[in-house]
Amino acid sequence: MASRTPTTRATTGVTTGTTPTSPQKAQSTAKRKTTAAQKVTATPKAPAKEKATVRKTPAGARNPKSADDSAQLIDFYRQMMLIRRFEERAARAYTQALVGGYCHLNLGEEAAVVGLMSAMRPSDYLFTNYREHGYAISRGIDPNRVMAELYGRIDGVSKGWGGSMHMFDITQRLLGGYGIVGGQLPLATGAALAIDYREGDEVVLCTMGDGTTNIGAFHESLNIAALWNLPVVYVIINNRLGMGTTVEKASAEPELYKRASAYRMASERVDGLDPLAVYAAAGRAIDSARGGKPFLLEVMTERLRGHSVVDPATYRSAEEVADLKENDPVHTLAARLVAEGILNDEALAKIDEEATALVVAAADFAAASPFPEISTLFDYTYATPVPNDSRRLPGEPLFAPEPLPGQEVSA
Amino acid sequence: MSIMTYRQALHDTLRAEMLRDDDVFLIGEEIGVFEGSYKITAGMLEEFGEKRVRDTPIAEEGFTGAAIGAAMLGLRPVVEIMTINFSLLALDQIVNHAAKIYGMFGGQARVPMVIRTPGGGGQQLGATHSQNIELYYAFVPGMKVVAPSTPADAKALMLAAIRDDDPVLFLENLALYNTKGEVPDDDTPAVIGKAAVTREGSDITLIGYSRMAYVASKVAEQLAESDGLDIEVIDLRSLRPLDRETIIASVKKTHSAVILEDDWLTYGIGAEIAATISDGAFDYLDAPVRRVAMAEVPLPYSKPLETAALPSTDDVIGAIRQTLEAVGHRTSTTGRKS
Repeated sequence: MASRTPTTRATTGVTTGTTPTSPQKAQSTAKRKTTAAQKVTATPKAPAKEKATVRKTPAGARNPKSADDSAQLIDFYRQMMLIRRFEERAARAYTQALVGGYCHLNLGEEAAVVGLMSAMRPSDYLFTNYREHGYAISRGIDPNRVMAELYGRIDGVSKGWGGSMHMFDITQRLLGGYGIVGGQLPLATGAALAIDYREGDEVVLCTMGDGTTNIGAFHESLNIAALWNLPVVYVIINNRLGMGTTVEKASAEPELYKRASAYRMASERVDGLDPLAVYAAAGRAIDSARGGKPFLLEVMTERLRGHSVVDPATYRSAEEVADLKENDPVHTLAARLVAEGILNDEALAKIDEEATALVVAAADFAAASPFPEISTLFDYTYATPVPNDSRRLPGEPLFAPEPLPGQEVSA
Repeated sequence: MSIMTYRQALHDTLRAEMLRDDDVFLIGEEIGVFEGSYKITAGMLEEFGEKRVRDTPIAEEGFTGAAIGAAMLGLRPVVEIMTINFSLLALDQIVNHAAKIYGMFGGQARVPMVIRTPGGGGQQLGATHSQNIELYYAFVPGMKVVAPSTPADAKALMLAAIRDDDPVLFLENLALYNTKGEVPDDDTPAVIGKAAVTREGSDITLIGYSRMAYVASKVAEQLAESDGLDIEVIDLRSLRPLDRETIIASVKKTHSAVILEDDWLTYGIGAEIAATISDGAFDYLDAPVRRVAMAEVPLPYSKPLETAALPSTDDVIGAIRQTLEAVGHRTSTTGRKS
């Protein structure tokens, strides 16, 4: 098991410490065989062997039970259950046509979301992509407002202008879900540039899917962040599928965290089904970034359902689907809490009930919130008003009808 | 008031704004050590240091997006994209992000940034380095696009663009950098979204922007002298928002119009102007609206071909004379090329 020594922090001239893995081996190990943390560090020691994490027993059996850890685990479970129930409700609302557009869910990624968000300070900034409901909730945004955004209502986090893919809340420093794959990376890099410019101590955390690492913006952003020592953590949420395309089919280096080595950037891969492991790894990454060393963190997760609500994911085998159920992070953590004597079944059920109640309330709140007024349609084109801004609805003439030349006075 | 080049006006204004506001910084390729491909930022690195004059890798998407992100946190970046052709590499960041962030998040974040970039052909730079694609940005709500044609406007519009809280694409032009004009000493910003009537007249309206507004003024002067024509010239200055009222007021007075543009004819900026005139001054027109634009080809390298493809003063004069003939206007001379 990888040590937790902060070797990743003081990495000047970092190169990958692991030896190249053959594509075949990479493929065979890529599937859910991560140790709690695989690191690329400056230390030129022998590569940590990629041991299979035993998934049959609750993952936490290896960890000591401190009171702090117990409280943390309960808190994580509470948050994860809220995301789980929220996303299930969002899917239902979508099939009921209460939610429009696309709807991508964090189901299966709850441990990753909660571990990452818990490692951030309130003053840190988050940029994420279109699969972000869970991040918004975990960041502390009222689930009512998140659900209202899905419903396209005025009380939504983005006032109904963004929808599922474009949540934003300046007070919680969620600087956007972004719908264009990779679009958020240059922006996050720029936010980190602004922090650096003003000599602030905040960090930017920028999440993305595994498919994003193939986009130019990923490479341009990592290069710039590394060149300028910007306080940013790039986080790959690797659920092994970019829509229906596997990582192996899309990335010539399928161990995605290794891509950081091209920019001499420290990086690490962590088991995204274990919230404590994610929390610890995110803490290391954020510390590194706060010290002016950007970091690439790869979090191995599962996507329990299709790419979006409407995707039946027929490209997955029955065996794969069975595995998914076994790796469900919410169930895994519940089993761990019971096995370690932290919570009993009754307490677990109560947490579930509370989460469900919050989600029901959120759906009620969203349904009761009004749609934005049509009269506000032109309110958000420009922050600085300018003359001649076109404020015409479809079909309206450019100019009001007027009398023919020379007949102006005839009336 | 001082006489200076368009280049000098840009340089001096950027410098003055950097001195006025610590949040203003420059970012782009070769703007520091190299002092800018067109030397707009000459001396800036030495004066302001690397933090505020930031040379970037060749990564238009990366550094333009980084400027947007920095603007979201309240800085006021002025991006230099070496020529507008290279802005295509940053198209996603400009169109999908800079222009959308204010609206898409319900007004919670602003993007106060300027993207400076020159367009223009005629330098024998071939097909990929000679385009005028400002239309791509002028098409997008959320963007503001300005296109000064004089040193005075270069200053006034730059002041406005830097102090504006929205993303502004600031179109420069290779052929204008060395042109000279009077520049006021005070720093009064222009109003983005307003055109200027740069010459009053009653015979016909010429409408242009950037280099073609400059050409329009020259042609108007020339025809006043040679033909005694009284031509009104409109410099659009702002492509988005577009000042339709100024255009219509002029055409109602002159009853005819020729539109000058350096971009391609079909779907070009001129098509929008012509549609505006059709909507707002249909009953006032005495002749069809004419457009003079670049030939619709990838611009060739070879000089005679390149020259033939670009709109010239003779092309403009030809279109004016034909339009006036259609009106029935009598001028002192007639014939010219078509």
